[in-house]
Amino acid sequence: MYGFLISIGVILLIMLIWMVYRIQTLISVAKGSDKKIATTSNKVNAILFMVFLIVFGGWMVWYSIVEFDNFQLPIASEHGIVTDRLFWITTAVTGFIFILTHILLFWFSYHYRYREDRRAAFYPDNNKLEVIWTLVPAIVLTILVISGWKAWSDITSPAPDNAHVVEIMGYQFAWEVRYPGLDEQLGDYDYRLTTATNSRGIDFTDKNAFDDFPSQNVVIPKGEPVLFNIRARDVLHSVFAPHMRLKMDAVPGMPTRFWFVPNKTTEEMRAELGDEEFEFEIACTEVCGIGHFTMRKVIRVVEPEEYRKWFTEQTPFIKSNPDLIADLPVDLKELAEIYINEE
Amino acid sequence: MAVANVLAHDAASTHDDHDHEHHDNFITKYIFTTDHKMIAKQYLLSGIFWAFIGGFLSILFRLQLGFPDMDMTFLKPILGGWINASGKLDPAFYLALVTMHGTIMVFFVLTAGLSGTFSNFLIPLQIGARDMASGFMNMLSYWFFFVSGVIMFVSLFLEKGPASGGWVVYPPLSALEQAIPGSGLGMTLWLVAMVFFIASSLMGGINYITTVINLRTKGMAFSRLPLTIWAFFLTAVIGLLSFPVLFSAALLLVFDRSFGTSFYLSDIYIGGEALPNTGGSAVLYQHLFWFLGHPEVYIVLLPALGITSEVIATNSRKPIFGYKAMIISMLGITILSFVVWAHHMFVSGLNPFLGSIFMFLTLIIAVPSAVKVFNYLTTLWRGNLIFTPAMLFSIGLVSFFISGGLTGIFLGNSAIDIQLHDTYFVVAHFHLVMGAASFFGMMAGVYHWFPKMFGRMLDEKLGYIHFWLTFVGVYLVFFPMHYIGIAGFPRRYYSWTNFSFADMYTDLNMFVSVAAIITFFAQFIFIFNFFYSMYKGRKASANPWQSNTLEWTTPIHPGHGNWVGEIPSVYRWPYDYSKPGSKEDFIPQTVPLSATPESNLPHEARLVKLEKEIMAEEKEELVTNESKES
Repeated sequence: MYGFLISIGVILLIMLIWMVYRIQTLISVAKGSDKKIATTSNKVNAILFMVFLIVFGGWMVWYSIVEFDNFQLPIASEHGIVTDRLFWITTAVTGFIFILTHILLFWFSYHYRYREDRRAAFYPDNNKLEVIWTLVPAIVLTILVISGWKAWSDITSPAPDNAHVVEIMGYQFAWEVRYPGLDEQLGDYDYRLTTATNSRGIDFTDKNAFDDFPSQNVVIPKGEPVLFNIRARDVLHSVFAPHMRLKMDAVPGMPTRFWFVPNKTTEEMRAELGDEEFEFEIACTEVCGIGHFTMRKVIRVVEPEEYRKWFTEQTPFIKSNPDLIADLPVDLKELAEIYINEE
Repeated sequence: MAVANVLAHDAASTHDDHDHEHHDNFITKYIFTTDHKMIAKQYLLSGIFWAFIGGFLSILFRLQLGFPDMDMTFLKPILGGWINASGKLDPAFYLALVTMHGTIMVFFVLTAGLSGTFSNFLIPLQIGARDMASGFMNMLSYWFFFVSGVIMFVSLFLEKGPASGGWVVYPPLSALEQAIPGSGLGMTLWLVAMVFFIASSLMGGINYITTVINLRTKGMAFSRLPLTIWAFFLTAVIGLLSFPVLFSAALLLVFDRSFGTSFYLSDIYIGGEALPNTGGSAVLYQHLFWFLGHPEVYIVLLPALGITSEVIATNSRKPIFGYKAMIISMLGITILSFVVWAHHMFVSGLNPFLGSIFMFLTLIIAVPSAVKVFNYLTTLWRGNLIFTPAMLFSIGLVSFFISGGLTGIFLGNSAIDIQLHDTYFVVAHFHLVMGAASFFGMMAGVYHWFPKMFGRMLDEKLGYIHFWLTFVGVYLVFFPMHYIGIAGFPRRYYSWTNFSFADMYTDLNMFVSVAAIITFFAQFIFIFNFFYSMYKGRKASANPWQSNTLEWTTPIHPGHGNWVGEIPSVYRWPYDYSKPGSKEDFIPQTVPLSATPESNLPHEARLVKLEKEIMAEEKEELVTNESKES
């Protein structure tokens, strides 16, 4: 029934458009305007360009101001302050050019609309102008690039030695987190060792793995460098922590990394936003399959003391599941058991 | 001697064409045709068909994004099982939709539909050639594209859906059927279709390049080529150099998928088993893909810019400002387009040092683009602007080119790109600068050259309505995406409600979707105009826009061979509009300098004598040739 009604509506609409079209064609033939170079439409179009400029320009400015707090995500990392500053500097520069060129574009369109008594200027070239508008953008861009490059080199420089290492592994469709434990060394892994109980493929013949422990959330200390060791188990994923201004692909077979310094705890952010439920989040930004849009992980940023306390309270993999060391060679197994039993 | 040969060849081919026209039947005229004009129309119609498919797919996923709670049962007659029992769009099919939308729009609409149509149509007509260098290869090029299209179209109807890994089809997702259903047969068909498409592009490109280099008419020096031809020529060069790399990327992917190699695969545990592949690199694929993928942006953009240059100059009644600067900019863009690809990969795990290099190179390419914009603006300045629909679309293109180009400065800066990569900011950026700008270039071309294609005029009023609805619509769709992107909304998300940072802007997304739907339906105005005017439109005059270029010297309905009798010679550049001293405000390229002493510039006045000598010489040669033949 709906289909029938809709098709009738569509047919009526087409007929209406058809009638309007025929009528305006006949009128234009009657007025002989189809023989003219430019009709009143020319002026209408010229005016519409100005209207467009004013309405859209105004709307854009108004919306950008009113909505600023909505689309501007709060920053929670030190390098985020730098990249955001770059972003807003670039916005200022490009915004100026955007508005200037659009005023020129639409103003010229309006002002120089066709008039029978006028002739266009024959102005084929001017090398001085070309040089100016090659050099000026080149210089502006150079400044932007160099400031961007400095920030980029700092962000991508090797992590400080005292950085807290967290391993984040993406798989369809979640993230798994592993901490290096008290020795601050992540144990080796091999994807072939992956099983239902050892989902990260940790190689427990590496003694560094004995104290490695999992965590439901990513927990990191405020004000201290944190290094994410990022990998993927199946397809490409990408770790995106929007508030930290952090993004790095997770690539199977090629570990990647990203280090940063969080500068606000979750609690501080909650107070700042007046939102008791607020959490820092990780999302996936590299399409990875059907559940791409569900890969959420919470980051909890805490004060350093709280972090250290939390860190020592965690249970290593082999303690919570001694089966993991069942197949180890005898000597290693003994070592692991000693580790489990000491306290 | 060379001139004599060309003349002899021309004389012979005129003769041949005469024969052809008597024997043309339906199949050789409309289907397996070697006439570049008909092939151009085939490309155009295919492009329009694909644009509607691609647009329709985007409407489907915009419905999901704008109205996540909507009951989509009414789409069941079209989508069948992709609408699940509770009336929701299947998330796997959502990914298939965005993938096919991208593939179709980038390759089938903006590459084949734009370059295929206008390079084919305009190159011979504007350089003064009877046809392409190889009419047969040109025909093959279209039919390879057609086969590619059929395969891609079939893949839409597979039980497990078409390719779904995004239009970039990054492995391992695209290599493993376990990872996503679309990576099964759908992906196989995608790859097969792309192989045909690449073959088609290469055959077309070789033809365009050869034709421009070899078949220009007398006097049509490279320095007198319309900017359209420069754009098509450079586009073909880019395509010829970069498409083979996509081919190699696709081939290696085929090997990984079907023959157990490990070019892109390494250390994968999926579906409860560890795969044997080791040593491959997923990033390798990204390098190979973007080595085409980035130049591809310019493959779709340059023809649009070329068309715009021509349309803006003609309808401003002014020479294009900085003809040489325009050519140099396009050359610069052509060369630089090959050394910026890795700016798509700043956060892919690429060596950060390489990231720095590519950031510098990327921002250099903004300079020639800026020069082009300023030149367009100066062309409008003190013009006498006639707003034909083609002119409106060209001005629209300049606006999109600015808006989308400026956001490229953010994304090319690797430090800023960390946050913006793969968010809606990127979606806004490339849809404006590459999608909408190229689409507007294509529309400008259709409105401008429709009279030459079909001998009739498109209705102007409908053109105006079409333009304003589309222009405003495109901005309403893509401008809000900047805000959504700055807020961090990731791309290719079926729904954002899982994340508290993205659990907002439902109103804005709804707004975008409504704007997209209106814009999509506005295109039916064009469709009506196009097909109605083809048969019932006002009859066109020989030179309806009072343009200088050669195509308007052909008969209103040019036959195969374009010109009756000899091909006209060219004596001047194509932009002598409103030249001081001349009575008319345009002087076609075929008018000798010696015929316009009143408007010649000083350096042209000096050339008049030389020109007269050459003309006398040519006349002699013509006489000798004719006597030889008889």
